[in-house]
Amino acid sequence: MASLTINGVHHELDVSPDMPILWAVRDVVGLTGTKFGCGVAACGACTVHLDGTAIRSCVTPVSAAEGKHITTIEGLAPAGKEHPLQAAWVADQVPQCGYCQSGQIMSAAALIKKTPNPSDKEIEEAMSGNICRCGCYERINSAIRRAAHEVANA
Amino acid sequence: MSGTLNRSRFLARAGSVGAGLCIALSLPLGTKAADLVAAAGEAPGTVFAPNAWLRVAPDDTVTVMVSKSEMGQGIATGFCTIVADELDASFANVRYAFAPAAPAYIDAFFGDQTTGGSTSTPDSWLPLRQAAATARAMLISAAAKQWGVDPAACTAANGVVSYAPTSKTATYGSLATAASQVDVPKDVPLKTPDKFTLIGKHVARVDTPLKVNGKAKYGIDTVVPGMMYASVVRPPVFGGSVARFDASKAKAINGVVDVFAISSGVAIVATNTWASRQGHDAVHVAWNDGPNAHLNTKTLFEQAHALVPTAKVAKKVGDVTAVHGKTIASVFEGPFLAHAPMEPMNATADVRPDSVEVWAPTQVQTRSQQTAMAITGLPADKVTVHTTFLGGGFGRRLDADYVGDAVEISKKIGKPVKVTWPREQDIQHDFYRPMSVNALSGTIDASGNLVALSHTVVADSVAKRWAPPLFKDGIDPLALDGAWNTPYDVPNVDFRYADQSSGVPVGFMRAPAANFNAFATEVFMDELAHAANADPVAFRLALMSKAPRAAAVLKAAAHAAGWGKKMPAGQAQGVAFCSWGGSFGALVADVSLDGKDVVVHRTVMAVDCGTVINPDIVRMQVQGAVNYGLAMARSAKITLANGRVSQSNFYDYTVLRNSDAPTTHVIVMESTEKPTGIGELGTPPIAPAIANAIFKLNGKRIHSLPFSDALA
Repeated sequence: MASLTINGVHHELDVSPDMPILWAVRDVVGLTGTKFGCGVAACGACTVHLDGTAIRSCVTPVSAAEGKHITTIEGLAPAGKEHPLQAAWVADQVPQCGYCQSGQIMSAAALIKKTPNPSDKEIEEAMSGNICRCGCYERINSAIRRAAHEVANA
Repeated sequence: MSGTLNRSRFLARAGSVGAGLCIALSLPLGTKAADLVAAAGEAPGTVFAPNAWLRVAPDDTVTVMVSKSEMGQGIATGFCTIVADELDASFANVRYAFAPAAPAYIDAFFGDQTTGGSTSTPDSWLPLRQAAATARAMLISAAAKQWGVDPAACTAANGVVSYAPTSKTATYGSLATAASQVDVPKDVPLKTPDKFTLIGKHVARVDTPLKVNGKAKYGIDTVVPGMMYASVVRPPVFGGSVARFDASKAKAINGVVDVFAISSGVAIVATNTWASRQGHDAVHVAWNDGPNAHLNTKTLFEQAHALVPTAKVAKKVGDVTAVHGKTIASVFEGPFLAHAPMEPMNATADVRPDSVEVWAPTQVQTRSQQTAMAITGLPADKVTVHTTFLGGGFGRRLDADYVGDAVEISKKIGKPVKVTWPREQDIQHDFYRPMSVNALSGTIDASGNLVALSHTVVADSVAKRWAPPLFKDGIDPLALDGAWNTPYDVPNVDFRYADQSSGVPVGFMRAPAANFNAFATEVFMDELAHAANADPVAFRLALMSKAPRAAAVLKAAAHAAGWGKKMPAGQAQGVAFCSWGGSFGALVADVSLDGKDVVVHRTVMAVDCGTVINPDIVRMQVQGAVNYGLAMARSAKITLANGRVSQSNFYDYTVLRNSDAPTTHVIVMESTEKPTGIGELGTPPIAPAIANAIFKLNGKRIHSLPFSDALA
């Protein structure tokens, strides 16, 4: 059994403690916005927040999340609201296939929470663990700058 | 076997480079549209469905049936834009649905339902406009009849038919029932470009909102009630098979419910993906390796080089041996490459005694359907294929092997099942971009003119397997893309090809063949320019006198990039040209070297793809395609040792990361020519542009990829 809080909702799951958070969230809880990409923490598609910190859910077992808060893309903004990054992603028309974008946005959200006005170098460094095979990097970075600016001027 | 891609049709298109080509289709009309309405659970008559491409509901929504797979290229937005413009619908009321595998959606070029080759917009552009114009005429007819006025005196805009003299208006939705009773008119005239309201303008992508909040459903997100989860252990050597297996440890894992052999390996069925993965790692399989256990990269290259003199002539003009001047020659090598789309291979199938449903992120609806038919013995009308969003395609999903896994397993267990491949299998069981050896020679005469050019390509034929009719007399015309169809006007040419038949499974990868042939061509063009003491841009332009659109993009890119300007210390510019799918592109890259690493600071690419539906999507495609090409060239390679692929995941099959990506400034040429492809055009020119810049930096000519090896 695992006792998990996901997007503010408590779940008691009948899963083995070594099951990665990724598969518990996707297959057992049914939140499919978090994606499987590599299974070895090399691509960032599975990025979620654990107590606000970006982690790779494909290699983090549910046992590591006991008593902590997991946030997935579905819970990034309150229901009916949009996170500034999501608005910026739309404004800059970032996604192509879109598969990596949940992970990109979750990594970016952790970045601008910790570093509200990131430099280009800080953006590149923070985002280089998230692979986008469509090659949307230029727009990802511009959307992060846009969102950071919006937040700073809110 | 599908793959009815017809040789004459293909060659007609191949020969069209420079002219553009658009195959006019007869409008598919008839029962299929009614079937679609019925499938949606709506009473016939209330929804206006004049053809397979669109329907208008009483609530004023217009649903566009997207017969092409949305893999990031923006085709759903493109279809919606084309239909809404010609229909004069309100774009806010336009919805879209991915079309099922059905005869109405067979593509005239492929002869089946396939998305690839940057053909979607060129091939769908006219049928969609004809469908929408016909529907518009029928809606106007219905309104005019109700009002007892002349249809020619009515107008339509924003989803509303109007009759000015009496100020009467009716929304499309209110006319849906009446329009269904109108006879389908023939040969309805299409808008002239000056009347376009959406085409060529900025229209936000229709799929973006779903892709920023996790709601977009990819194949891997498919959930069917009662569904099981499966993994397949695959043979380490291509063509290998299961000798025997021991499932005792796998079956002891909590959640694993069954282990059995299928045609692609050993299947582990479980109650969740994680359990199926643990089972995958716990099952012990003894394999029959088969004839490919000896494959290794070094001997494969030796084999390819040895095949160069045996290559057959594919195209010959004049006599390359009967010229006088300075002759230079170079030989190029390119590695096997894996597509590695972000969404690993997966499919879901529900095989019942009398029907099959398949959910798949696929570029090939017809092949997926045929795969399920072959396994179950059921006819096409009992096999439904649901196309999801695709987490990237790049040509990998032009094969339906992963669909076969799901159908076989579901048939065996009698329950729906989702099969998800680990990334390691995606890297080790791809249909790879073929390795390639290219031998070029060229002669510059005393006046500095290129008077002879030879280019021999040795590479595995993809067509031989995927579209057999194309492979004829030892020549795969697709394998010569980027070699024999350049806009360079050279009086004596000799293009040859040899199929390597390496034993490694090969497939189409973004800008197939051109993604390496254009590297060889464009690096060699720089070598020829150097031999002629000419500027690389001027040298190419001199050969483009009969290709004004090609010349225009090269000039535009050079101008915007400031070609010839003084660069910062340690930086140099390189240029390359390419054509693809009837479109033209030229790229200038600003490059420096950081030790042995290539750093691309900025690229400028000018493209001419005829009429542009959505300029921002064109820019996105070019930016993405350039980055894809950079990823192919920078440090990626698939190598083989003892028949096994040496790479396995993103830590050793390296792709482009955020910090490696340049900014790309895209210049989209204005044009009223027919639309041509844009999804692949940006991929071929980046590698040669970099190589040509490196020559300026250190005087070294790069003749092999990836750069990380060539510079080592």
